[in-house]
Amino acid sequence: MAVDVSSRDMGAMRRRRRRSLMRDVVGVGVIVLAAAIGYFAFPDNLALLTRIIAVALLVLSLDLVTGYCGVATLGHAALFGSGAYAAGILSAHFGINDPLLMTLAGLIGGALAGLLSGLVMLRAHGLPQLVLSIALIHLFHELANKMSSFTGGSDGLSGIAPDPIFGRFEFDLFGNTAYVFAVVMLLVVFVLLRILVRSPFGMLCRGLKEDPLRIRAMGASPKRAIVKMYGISGAVAGLGGALNAISTQVVGLDTLSFTQSAEALVMLALGGTGSLFGALAGTVAFMMFQDYVSSVNPFHWLTMVGALLIAVVLFAPKGIYGTVAAFLEKRREGRP
Amino acid sequence: MQTIFSIGIDALAYGMILFVISIGLSVTMGLMRVVNLAHGAFAMIGGYVASYISRDLGLGYAPAILAAVVATIVIAVPIERFLYRRIYGAPELTQVLMTIGITFCIIGLANYLMGPTLKTIPLSDVLQQPVDLGFRSISAHRLFAIFCGLAVALCLWLAIEKTGFGIRLRASVDNAAMASALGVRTEIIYAVSFAVAVGLAAFGGVVGAELLPVEPYYALRYLVTFLVVVSVGGAGSIGGTLLACLLLGAVDTTGRYLLPEFGEFFFYLAVIAIICVFPNGLMKGAK
Amino acid sequence: MTAAVGNPVFEVVSLKKSFGGLVVTNDVSLSMAAGDRVALIGPNGAGKTTFVNLVTGTLAPSSGEVRLGGEVITGLDASARVKRGLVRSFQVTRLFQDMTAAEHLGLAVLQREGRSGRIFGNFLTMPDVMQEVEHRLETLRLTALMHRKVREIAYGQQRLLEIAIALALKPKVLLLDEPAAGVPQSDVGLIEQALNELPADLAVLMIEHDMDLVFRFAKKVVVLAAGAVIFDGAPGDATRDPRVREAYLGSYADAGRVA
Repeated sequence: MAVDVSSRDMGAMRRRRRRSLMRDVVGVGVIVLAAAIGYFAFPDNLALLTRIIAVALLVLSLDLVTGYCGVATLGHAALFGSGAYAAGILSAHFGINDPLLMTLAGLIGGALAGLLSGLVMLRAHGLPQLVLSIALIHLFHELANKMSSFTGGSDGLSGIAPDPIFGRFEFDLFGNTAYVFAVVMLLVVFVLLRILVRSPFGMLCRGLKEDPLRIRAMGASPKRAIVKMYGISGAVAGLGGALNAISTQVVGLDTLSFTQSAEALVMLALGGTGSLFGALAGTVAFMMFQDYVSSVNPFHWLTMVGALLIAVVLFAPKGIYGTVAAFLEKRREGRP
Repeated sequence: MQTIFSIGIDALAYGMILFVISIGLSVTMGLMRVVNLAHGAFAMIGGYVASYISRDLGLGYAPAILAAVVATIVIAVPIERFLYRRIYGAPELTQVLMTIGITFCIIGLANYLMGPTLKTIPLSDVLQQPVDLGFRSISAHRLFAIFCGLAVALCLWLAIEKTGFGIRLRASVDNAAMASALGVRTEIIYAVSFAVAVGLAAFGGVVGAELLPVEPYYALRYLVTFLVVVSVGGAGSIGGTLLACLLLGAVDTTGRYLLPEFGEFFFYLAVIAIICVFPNGLMKGAK
Repeated sequence: MTAAVGNPVFEVVSLKKSFGGLVVTNDVSLSMAAGDRVALIGPNGAGKTTFVNLVTGTLAPSSGEVRLGGEVITGLDASARVKRGLVRSFQVTRLFQDMTAAEHLGLAVLQREGRSGRIFGNFLTMPDVMQEVEHRLETLRLTALMHRKVREIAYGQQRLLEIAIALALKPKVLLLDEPAAGVPQSDVGLIEQALNELPADLAVLMIEHDMDLVFRFAKKVVVLAAGAVIFDGAPGDATRDPRVREAYLGSYADAGRVA
């Protein structure tokens, strides 16, 4: 009897694992497919596609903190910008132009900014916490603005000249190399994050988002978990920033801005919090929409984003991906 | 000495303007527990209406203030009814998204309707004169701003401590469910408080236009300051908000006078330090 | 492992807590040895919840000490106390609505072993963790619900899951905060069966309103009234103590439920 139950469970468990593995494969497939379609559909606009991927890394990183740990923040671009400046400064001031080393610098810069933000954000909850996040992004922005000998201030940091990747693949004018580099980076990050959110730590964070008191009663420290997640999140955002610095060869103060932070939050909400697919869907939808509207009528951009946000809150609180996923789930349950 | 005196007067006037605008935000946040990022947008609407009335129609300062307050309330009431009521009690992230969406819409519309330039609100003749204090003369407008701040604080204190509405309001702040069970119609309390808060924001937006100039990005530019005031003062506390306004007014003004280069940097550093030490607001003490 | 008889594993010494001038916990002392079954009872407002919060580290006491296995733990935060073996359950179930029963137990097991910080691997593929999860679910007859999300599980069984989580943390001392609260009468038997099967060497302090349950479960009763201990002894004697009758059991005695 006991053996019977256990083997039935093993079957259920295997089915679950297969389904979740399937989702990984589908996810990777969809990213590769979308990247290929983008490449052939917008051959003249690979720079935009590369930028979308860089921002997607920022939004994925925000999702780790907001979607998986439940911390609302309007200052997440601090992590992205720190990565961008770390990578850019390495090249512009220290002459280290290897793109992989620059990427590593971005990752470390972002992770450090993330740990710092995490430690500060932990000090308060609710509105004061939100204000801390806003103050943090302004502080980072002001710091980069004032240290202009290092960062180029409001003129931006220029003089970034990445070498060919592995000494072979040069960053060409058309952005082919940068785009392929970006797609590969996104795929690696996506797979690693899928592993992360399923890991024991990912489970701990999901619990933390729902009920920190319960987590503490299990003997875990919510603060440690949040700081750690902030560090990981910073690494991911830093990668995005480094990618942006390498592909555009310039770093501007806008990478460290409140606007960038708020837009990342809008993209995440649009796609759906608490899911990696949601973060990706939201970024692509928002950035394509932004590109389209700003070419048609830049004047109404802000009004439309505002209206879009209100509509999402009122009619699709789970975001694009969340709404579609819930619909599919219902259909699956409807069938025997 | 001269400098210290000017810094003092400017800091006081600035702090009082912050108080007039932020106190409504503080009370509604304490009462409805809504993270309202659109509060600055309502102050901005007040500024635009006043500018239109006094500059474009030439009707004078006092009618401009009155019209600004009334028009802003008229605009805000339906927004409260149809949008805010949907997010009372919702998760913080939802409230942030909704109210920042409202803010973006208002900024976009203001840009479209009024253009991207700064709008001035001509002061009445009396307020343009310097006032002689015997040993020193100061701008009448600064004095007027300080007076407005004190008057608002006094009126609010009287309204909240001494009237029936104030009693019901305080009961709702303490425990909305209990108040509602005792027959207090919290919906009405919410709507009235929201209207008063928005009206005060508009009033502050007009009176403070000299210090916080009216332009489309007003709503985001000064939002941080208003939110900082509320978190430092503690949501729902008049005394705390007043103290926070005076403190932050002093930090900000002194910073701008003495370290114009790094003024903003030190302001945000001070904000982070204060919140880290007093995460529940100054009046509620350290954790 | 086995503590000598009479050697206290858990001690509360002169615990005091006041809010402003209001004293809510007044000089409460308590001592438990391994295997003890103690019930903490008292009328509403007696300070039971405050006591639990003081002991578990949610509130800081004004004075007094809490000791676990001889170590003073008064200065430790809630999670550090759990790691040392002082575990509580909640009066109102606090579970994660979108997680399965297995995930709850998996998380508890991983947390106990200091593996909850791992950023790779999936507990479903860790044979040692899954074995324990399966075993613990089976002990509480929850095996069928293993992969059900909590929101799909009946309340009585959620209470059992709550006990299973607490046990998975391998406590030395278990604080059960009204384990049967909110459970339909038909399911109280299930809870009681689970309580009777708790590990014999575990010290259990139960806070409970259901007097029948208290008298069947506890070998010792501590009665709290107005923040102070007014009785500490055998359950049978509690019902005869005039102060207890006055403070708490009066209504039960009048109704003839305590004979």
